[in-house]
Amino acid sequence: MIHSLFLINSSGDIFLEKHWKSVVSRSVCDYFFEAQERATEAENVPPVIPTPHHYLLSVYRHKIFFVAVIQTEVPPLFVIEFLHRVVDTFQDYFGVCSEPVIKDNVVVVYEVLEEMLDNGFPLATESNILKELIKPPTILRTVVNTITGSTNVGDQLPTGQLSVVPWRRTGVKYTNNEAYFDVIEEIDAIIDKSGSTITAEIQGVIDACVKLTGMPDLTLSFMNPRLLDDVSFHPCVRFKRWESERILSFIPPDGNFRLLSYHVSAQNLVAIPVYVKHNISFRDSSSLGRFEITVGPKQTMGKTIEGVTVASQMPRGVLNMSLTPSQGTHTFDPVTKMLSWDVGKINPQKLPSLKGTMSLQAGASKPDENPTINLQFKIQQLAISGLKVNRLDMYGEKYKPFKGIKYMTKAGKFQVRT
Amino acid sequence: MTDSKYFTTTKKGEIFELKAELNSDKKEKKKEAVKKVIASMTVGKDVSALFPDVVNCMQTDNLELKKLVYLYLMNYAKSQPDMAIMAVNTFVKDCEDPNPLIRALAVRTMGCIRVDKITEYLCEPLRKCLKDEDPYVRKTAAVCVAKLHDINAQLVEDQGFLDTLKDLISDSNPMVVANAVAALSEIAESHPSSNLLDLNPQSINKLLTALNECTEWGQIFILDCLASYTPKDDREAQSICERVTPRLSHANSAVVLSAVKVLMKFMEMLSKDLDYYGTLLKKLAPPLVTLLSAEPELQYVALRNINLIVQKRPEILKHEMKVFFVKYNDPIYVKLEKLDIMIRLASQANIAQVLAELKEYATEVDVDFVRKAVRAIGRCAIKVEQSAERCVSTLLDLIQTKVNYVVQEAIVVIKDIFRKYPNKYESVIATLCENLDSLDEPEARAAMIWIVGEYAERIDNADELLESFLEGFHDESTQVQLQLLTAIVKLFLKKPTETQELVQQVLSLATQDSDNPDLRDRGYIYWRLLSTDPVAAKEVVLAEKPLISEETDLIEPTLLDELICYIGTLASVYHKPPSAFVEGGRGVVHKSLPPRTASSESTESPETAPAGAPPGEQLDVVPTQGDLLGDLLNLDLGPPVSGPPLATSAVQIGAVDLLGGGLDSLMGDEPEGIGAPNFVAPPAAAVPASLGAPMGSGLSDLFDLTSGVGTLSGSYVAPKAVWLPAMKAKGLEISGTFTRQAGSISMDLQLTNKALQVMTDFAIQFNRNSFGLAPAAPLQVHAPLSPTQTVEISLPLSTAGSVMKTEPLNNLQVAVKNNIDVFYFSTLYPLHILFVEDGKMDRQMFLATWKDIPNENEAQFQIRDCPLNAEAVSSRLQGSSIFTVARRNVEGQDMLYQSLRLTNGIWVLAELRIQPGNPSFTLSLKCRAPEVSQHVYQAYETILKN
Repeated sequence: MIHSLFLINSSGDIFLEKHWKSVVSRSVCDYFFEAQERATEAENVPPVIPTPHHYLLSVYRHKIFFVAVIQTEVPPLFVIEFLHRVVDTFQDYFGVCSEPVIKDNVVVVYEVLEEMLDNGFPLATESNILKELIKPPTILRTVVNTITGSTNVGDQLPTGQLSVVPWRRTGVKYTNNEAYFDVIEEIDAIIDKSGSTITAEIQGVIDACVKLTGMPDLTLSFMNPRLLDDVSFHPCVRFKRWESERILSFIPPDGNFRLLSYHVSAQNLVAIPVYVKHNISFRDSSSLGRFEITVGPKQTMGKTIEGVTVASQMPRGVLNMSLTPSQGTHTFDPVTKMLSWDVGKINPQKLPSLKGTMSLQAGASKPDENPTINLQFKIQQLAISGLKVNRLDMYGEKYKPFKGIKYMTKAGKFQVRT
Repeated sequence: MTDSKYFTTTKKGEIFELKAELNSDKKEKKKEAVKKVIASMTVGKDVSALFPDVVNCMQTDNLELKKLVYLYLMNYAKSQPDMAIMAVNTFVKDCEDPNPLIRALAVRTMGCIRVDKITEYLCEPLRKCLKDEDPYVRKTAAVCVAKLHDINAQLVEDQGFLDTLKDLISDSNPMVVANAVAALSEIAESHPSSNLLDLNPQSINKLLTALNECTEWGQIFILDCLASYTPKDDREAQSICERVTPRLSHANSAVVLSAVKVLMKFMEMLSKDLDYYGTLLKKLAPPLVTLLSAEPELQYVALRNINLIVQKRPEILKHEMKVFFVKYNDPIYVKLEKLDIMIRLASQANIAQVLAELKEYATEVDVDFVRKAVRAIGRCAIKVEQSAERCVSTLLDLIQTKVNYVVQEAIVVIKDIFRKYPNKYESVIATLCENLDSLDEPEARAAMIWIVGEYAERIDNADELLESFLEGFHDESTQVQLQLLTAIVKLFLKKPTETQELVQQVLSLATQDSDNPDLRDRGYIYWRLLSTDPVAAKEVVLAEKPLISEETDLIEPTLLDELICYIGTLASVYHKPPSAFVEGGRGVVHKSLPPRTASSESTESPETAPAGAPPGEQLDVVPTQGDLLGDLLNLDLGPPVSGPPLATSAVQIGAVDLLGGGLDSLMGDEPEGIGAPNFVAPPAAAVPASLGAPMGSGLSDLFDLTSGVGTLSGSYVAPKAVWLPAMKAKGLEISGTFTRQAGSISMDLQLTNKALQVMTDFAIQFNRNSFGLAPAAPLQVHAPLSPTQTVEISLPLSTAGSVMKTEPLNNLQVAVKNNIDVFYFSTLYPLHILFVEDGKMDRQMFLATWKDIPNENEAQFQIRDCPLNAEAVSSRLQGSSIFTVARRNVEGQDMLYQSLRLTNGIWVLAELRIQPGNPSFTLSLKCRAPEVSQHVYQAYETILKN
């Protein structure tokens, strides 16, 4: 199982180590540094690195490498999932997960890590259980603790730890009972030069924020549940009920959680809400190239597209660009060759465009590669797959909760080739 | 108010200051001090000097302080074992605490203190906690058994904790079950033989029930455990599958992949006609696709596994090609894996899309990725015949881009396309030739040269082209040199008139000016072929070559089946069985897929037959090396496959004696240094049928090559014989034998206590002997030997001891001591344990040495009743480090010339005469120390007859 954990920042310093079995010398990380050097960018460091006696499994998040050391055959996904869980927990505890924050809370971090694993076996990874065992630091609590000498370590066995609903603690009380659900869909797509779709799929999630007193039992039903044939559930969802009735029935965890994630890949169900018209040309003879892109809406079901940004990695041969946008602001970094254009809202009457010239290295041949355009956008109040929640019912408790559903569509990895 | 204040240091010295604070009377100050200590520890500072002071803070009712001290203890107890004992009392007391949290914490922490002395005190509290009324304590205790086992396995067995752990599998609480399974699995890993996880339908049922209710991590443990179970028939397999499928919708990807493993394995047992089989196939696709939308690290592991799954069952993902299309900001390790899977899924139906994608990738920035994309286009052409033309034109487009590495990569793959579809796309050769100058990588140059040689008759200026390469012959890599040699010989055979000069030039460059043995050997072969019988040369060199097969990089089917059993593990990431890389290879049991066992009434489908072997659709796998002979002669584009194994023994050398006299008697030896263990005899296609008589017999002799090097099995081991009977040694019976494995000699002993008292304090000593054999390590009998108990010990031997000639030569006098007395016995060791692994003499050396040793040193022996043929003899002897230097056929008799070397450097040369059909062999031995001959002969006898 998981032997040790090292946290390494982007400049290659180990700033935290935790061992769950015997101590593994930090020199084992040298193999990691080697791999890091070989990979040009931090994102490209391979997640599994063998060393003569150990295996290093790493994830890279928030500019920190979380490197787990294992010695025997352990499912790598198990370790990687766990590492992501560690990151999520830190974020949950401290709001952000960064080197200074971890250093500032090193003792809490250490206590939490100790609770998460025992001898390398996961112990408590549900955030509500952890928070009962070790209370997250807040300014108020720190002050109170220093005055009263009380601690931030719970001395009672968390109630959820062994119940059949380990994700929920008992005795939850709220004065305002509310349950909010966000249906968020991200479109991953690759669009080719001519504007036709090569692949498109929707990664959808339903994130919930449930603050309900007691032990509520909820059911959520959809207008069109047949859309969902590839789903992953939070453990609280009763799978049998879904199989037989296509209804989500569950006792929710307290607070924020991801109820469900789903995947829609059937081509005809994925509408593409934007198009990009582009004309990027290099000429062999001249040291000037032409650049022109226009963004426009398409299949938006009458909603506005907002928060549009366009980013593109220009070929190395491009020295500089002189462009004029019809709206928004743009920047070009001549070192990284990254062009970004913050467009904002798309007004269908007056399509935003960015036009101008590129200056190329004099005398060099025209670049081989064509830049790919990365698009970000948001559409409020629309789930692009057409998924609609029918109703939400609560059983088991008497009060009437306040309920809300929000829809949103975003671009995920949305790429347009030129 | 953050913890960073704990890192600030003062001038006085941190340790000193902390010590004072730890001993402070104020609780608050104490806690702050312990926090500072922990903070220092987390960044790797050594604060072990504070051990006594920190331990003093342990007795407290403040849980946070207690936990902090525990954290400290776990880190440093090992370095201060005596001090750690101080903590024991508190632990034992805490294990009785009314608060289950404290009980669990105590038992958990105690297990983490890896100090032998503490483990003794741990047993009682642990036993109580395993039966605790609170499941939280029980589940913590279950893990503690695994910890304890890691520290002292014997103790755990003696105390009966393993049985208690097994009982916990039927615990009422699913979390306890999951932890018990996890602990047992971890223990079982270090004890492969023990049947710890004794799974039967009842326990499986319990696990399946617990599966629905335990945490995600527990589910992984249980699923992995289920995967090691073999259901008794297809019904049981189906019912398990049905209960496992809901896990495919879990949010935790590790749970999903473990469930996929169980399903992939048990599916093997289901009949393909079953409706359920089809349903299951359909259910597997969506979760695999979903894994690809996770974080890149998860994607990577998932992709490595999907790579195995699509090889085993391509039907699952055949419609999902698009999800493997590469996004330009994917990390490189994800991109490369996706590309690999794209090719595996490529078929006639989707090839157009795939090609369009690949072409797009070939214009990306990352060089490695672009290269692989170009190569992928070639692989598509080979895999999907209908697409070949389109692939070739795509490749030509890419060559037009003139991007250097793209062009080189394209030429390498076009060469492969020519090998698959000969005489179809030669029209493109002209375009290729235009790019000759830009090729600077050996592989690309070699590919281009091969093309020129292969199609010399259609390239007008082939001779000029090849000549231009010849100028810098010595600066080329071996790969290119070999290729150039072959290409020019081909050219000569096709256009003999204009190229005579060229061929002579290259042959002399290869044979006279080069010191590369492969190149020289191949040069000589061509030279002799050409000078002896140009017609035969033509038939050999220009023989029709076998087509390369569809997929060149599939995993070999049995390995694939094994790997399917390891889905989700590191083995699946490396595509190697765990035995190949797990530390020390300890306790790795080979897994195999269950055979399809139909329950009573279903009819035997053809797939039922081979247990474990993949049914039906076996795909051709090209051996990576030691390929077909035709390829060896003409193509050495792979890793330089050393010299061509051809030698022409029967060709009479009289005419052109290139090789100089003497050597001819040693022709027809085995291929030296061929990497593949078994050299496959070439298919008939490569052997010209119409060769003249001398040639024919020569070749058939040649192809009779003995199996190559690489039989790695150790030398023959005699069964154990009783060396010291019990009655002579006050009840101690010793039997044993000698082994030699991978260069090290050992004495395998079996000690049996037939007395009534316990024996301890064993030691062993050897008298001085002929070859300086001596124990390389003391005799280690770990536990006292109780009555009727037997231990097996392998005692490593060295040959560095002092030497004294004994009579007989291989006599060894041994003294064994125990707590009762000292006993003596003597034994004869077989001489072959002294044969060293590098005892192969070079042929010329052999010849010279043979002549050099006076004839009176030659001894002749008869080996009777040995039914083996020459090959078998040679390979068996080689297993015991007797090497066949050369082999010759004289008047129907097989003559084997063999060499061996003893550990003290004495060479023994042998000539073994084998008459087909006659079970008696004649062995002539020559050695500068003739007294060993007798024993070498005995070694021969033993090896050949056992």
